[in-house]
Amino acid sequence: MRHVALTVNGEHRELELEPRELLVYVLRERLGLTGTNVGCDTSSCGACTVLLDGESVKSCTVLGVQADGREITTIEGLATNGSLHAVQQAFHEHHALQCGYCTPGMVMAAVSLIEEGEAGSEQAIRAGLEGNLCRCTGYHNIVKAVAAAAGATT
Amino acid sequence: MSATTTATERYVGTRVKRKEDAALLTGRGTYVDNLSLPGMVWLAIVRSPHAHARINGVDLTAARAAEGVVAVFGGADLADDWKAGLPCAWPVTEDMKNGTHFPLATDKARYQGDGVAVVVAESRALATDAAELVRVEYEPLPAAVDVEAAAEDGAPLVHDELGTNVSYVWRLDAGDVDGAFADAAATVKGRYYHPRLIPNAIEPRSIVVQPNPATGDVTMWSATQIPHILRLLAAATVGMPESKLRVVAPDVGGGFGSKLDVYAEEVLALALARRLGRPVKWTEERSEAYLATIHGRDVVQEMEYAADADGKITAVRVSLTASMGAYLQLVTPGIPLLGAWLYAGAYDIPAYSFTCTGVFTNTTPTDAYRGAGRPEATMAVERAIDALADKLEIDPVELRRRNFISEFPKTIASGLTIDAGDYQASLDKCLERLDYDGLLEEQQARRDGGDTRVLGIGFSTYNEMCGLAPSRILGAIRYAAGGWDTATVRCLPTGSIQVITGTSPHGQGHETAWAQIAADLLGYGIDEIEVLHGDTAFSPLGLDTYGSRSLPVGGVALWHASQKVIEKARQIVAHQLEVAGDDLEYDSGVFTVKGSPDKTMTIKGASWAAFAAHNLPDGMEPGLEAMAVYDPPNFSWPGGAHAAVVEVDTETGDTRLVRYVAVDDVGIMVNPLIVEGQIHGGIAQGVAAALYEEGRYDEEGNLQTANLVTYLVPSAVELPSFELDSSTTPSPTNPLGVKGVGETGTIASGAAVMNAVVDALSHLGVTDVQMPATPERVWRAIQEAKQ
Repeated sequence: MRHVALTVNGEHRELELEPRELLVYVLRERLGLTGTNVGCDTSSCGACTVLLDGESVKSCTVLGVQADGREITTIEGLATNGSLHAVQQAFHEHHALQCGYCTPGMVMAAVSLIEEGEAGSEQAIRAGLEGNLCRCTGYHNIVKAVAAAAGATT
Repeated sequence: MSATTTATERYVGTRVKRKEDAALLTGRGTYVDNLSLPGMVWLAIVRSPHAHARINGVDLTAARAAEGVVAVFGGADLADDWKAGLPCAWPVTEDMKNGTHFPLATDKARYQGDGVAVVVAESRALATDAAELVRVEYEPLPAAVDVEAAAEDGAPLVHDELGTNVSYVWRLDAGDVDGAFADAAATVKGRYYHPRLIPNAIEPRSIVVQPNPATGDVTMWSATQIPHILRLLAAATVGMPESKLRVVAPDVGGGFGSKLDVYAEEVLALALARRLGRPVKWTEERSEAYLATIHGRDVVQEMEYAADADGKITAVRVSLTASMGAYLQLVTPGIPLLGAWLYAGAYDIPAYSFTCTGVFTNTTPTDAYRGAGRPEATMAVERAIDALADKLEIDPVELRRRNFISEFPKTIASGLTIDAGDYQASLDKCLERLDYDGLLEEQQARRDGGDTRVLGIGFSTYNEMCGLAPSRILGAIRYAAGGWDTATVRCLPTGSIQVITGTSPHGQGHETAWAQIAADLLGYGIDEIEVLHGDTAFSPLGLDTYGSRSLPVGGVALWHASQKVIEKARQIVAHQLEVAGDDLEYDSGVFTVKGSPDKTMTIKGASWAAFAAHNLPDGMEPGLEAMAVYDPPNFSWPGGAHAAVVEVDTETGDTRLVRYVAVDDVGIMVNPLIVEGQIHGGIAQGVAAALYEEGRYDEEGNLQTANLVTYLVPSAVELPSFELDSSTTPSPTNPLGVKGVGETGTIASGAAVMNAVVDALSHLGVTDVQMPATPERVWRAIQEAKQ
């Protein structure tokens, strides 16, 4: 077991982890943050995307012990003071989610994409979300929502 | 409206944003894998790595001794737990052959992924670790993989006791087909194989079963589309009273048909939880899902049209060879038959011959995947009409127009009646939106200019039957259950409503759309209505969500339940206002005495009066609540015109979808925002089938596309934004005028894309490309045409 200290959604957390534990299971099963979903076992679908020190990562591809000393934001930590983040709001306005399972990862990836200034066109948004799969929406409304949140013209 | 009533906002037909979103956008969804119970143990399944192998021994010793292990069982250990095999609810012919299908194999493994043993341990990781210690002695056998080869004499037998791999042969004949072919001025014949597809709902399946050993009650949470059907059949499989089992489908992360089944893992978790007296949990891994969750399609289609010299199609003859996989799951044999009535498409063809042969193979069982039988039919119908247009040298758009059904209701040759439609109108709108003439010019210009990126335009003027379905017809085609559904409207005394539906959404937005319907009918605000679903404890009757049935069946049940509430409220209001019921006018939640606009009472007022029960008509039961069960008199018949524009690189075969125009007639739209979302997603899955996805086995039955790396689910990069429009004919079959929409996009789009690919290459002599149109297949088609 390894001692790990990390900040999750602004809260300091300390844990004893097995080295093999993936960050996504640390979040879901150790910390009870079940908003981050698991959709595959090949780092393909992006449902588990979270922010690690502000950048999007697939939390199934990060070991819990690698998050030692770092800051994590999950979907539960995105809304502030009860109001949705602009990306969450845009997903609602544009019906960019149906079953909702890919949504937490898709939203976190979009937040990161916009912050990196890489959501300036439809093409850029599509390229930037390539690592996140959605089976319900055909991406049409996701792209619209991300563009709206980014203030991009598509 | 009189001064004493308030104008009520109308919701039906407007783009109401979803009530479901708040939880799902903030990580507060209730997916089954989020659930953890005190004392819970984890289930892992040991699966056969062989497609076909005799099981000569199962050694559980090492696994039983492993850390954290609670129990380990082989198939033989659990044999007495099953009162029946896993159910197939659709024996499509009287003499259909079906092998035994227990949740764990005992004698033979019949596909790669067939379960042979189970491990229960204190954690997910420990269960997985111990499963690796189970030693199974397999004797590999030759496998039947290719569906046509499997049907031949001498093929390896999936179920030895049946003596054949052919499960059934099903026929539908009408009119003088042979005569029409003998008299035809032109005929076309095509072989349109629809590859196997793997559904890939982004949420893998997950199950938690909680027993109460003291009472025998059991609660099962499952990521399922069918909590009601699952309760009925899972209880029967383990031999417990249905009344003791509660099934809950909480938030479910997509299904597309893949969660329309009674799976081995569900009844294993149920049996093990009852044996062990502890909650049991199982969550599928994605790579496991590729083997253990049903696949779709895998159908060879031999399709023929006969036509007269004007291009009027006079007969259709089609023969299917459909892979069932290794076992008949819930509705496996019926899936290709959901297309059986549709091989004339939107066209008026008087003579009809359909045959389907269902064949066992050593592969994952097939079953319902979005569209289920109808994307296959549309592919054959729409590819064949393009082939006929090519042969007759008639523009494919013009040939469609000459053959469209133009008067409704229309009883088609296959025997069903299409209630409404206007296929010409959809096509007109589609062509206008597309700028067909402009595209044809650009296509020619690129060809003339020697551009290596050529343009193709393809159409799919589809129709389909969905909204399953009239119970009498389902009975006539040997489906075991009915096709009705239910709704309860419960007016609470303080001014809000619970709507309980027998449908079970998993992304379709019923909480919003059902609230829109009830709010309009009963004059409530949309936030005053809560829609409850997916729990057999509070919705005892229901037949769940599949086959684009929820709105045209369950939504219409809600209309009927609302009418019952209005009628009871009318009696209460009449009594309280001391007038006759006939003297009341009703509009949007308000009763007004005719000629006395100041004498009014609302449904809300009536619901308090019904609760207080101080002053009700003699003999009236207190409370304002009604349930309706609705059994539709006909299927639902959406249709429309879709067009795809592709760019093909003739040097590499690289094919890109550059535009997609869809004009659909899905009847009255309760919520156009949700309807468009359904169509977008549907189109994407059909496009994926046309260009990217293919479930492929090698000759030994190893699934070669067994994860998201090798099976190409498209990302945002591979798809364009879609151009949608509508051309509406309300369905006269139901009072809401609605039709199904969940599958239309998938049913239509694959054919439009394949027609576009072939059109792009037609000047090179290419007449067909098999699905999916991968760069390699396209490149080879070009090279073969050159020779």
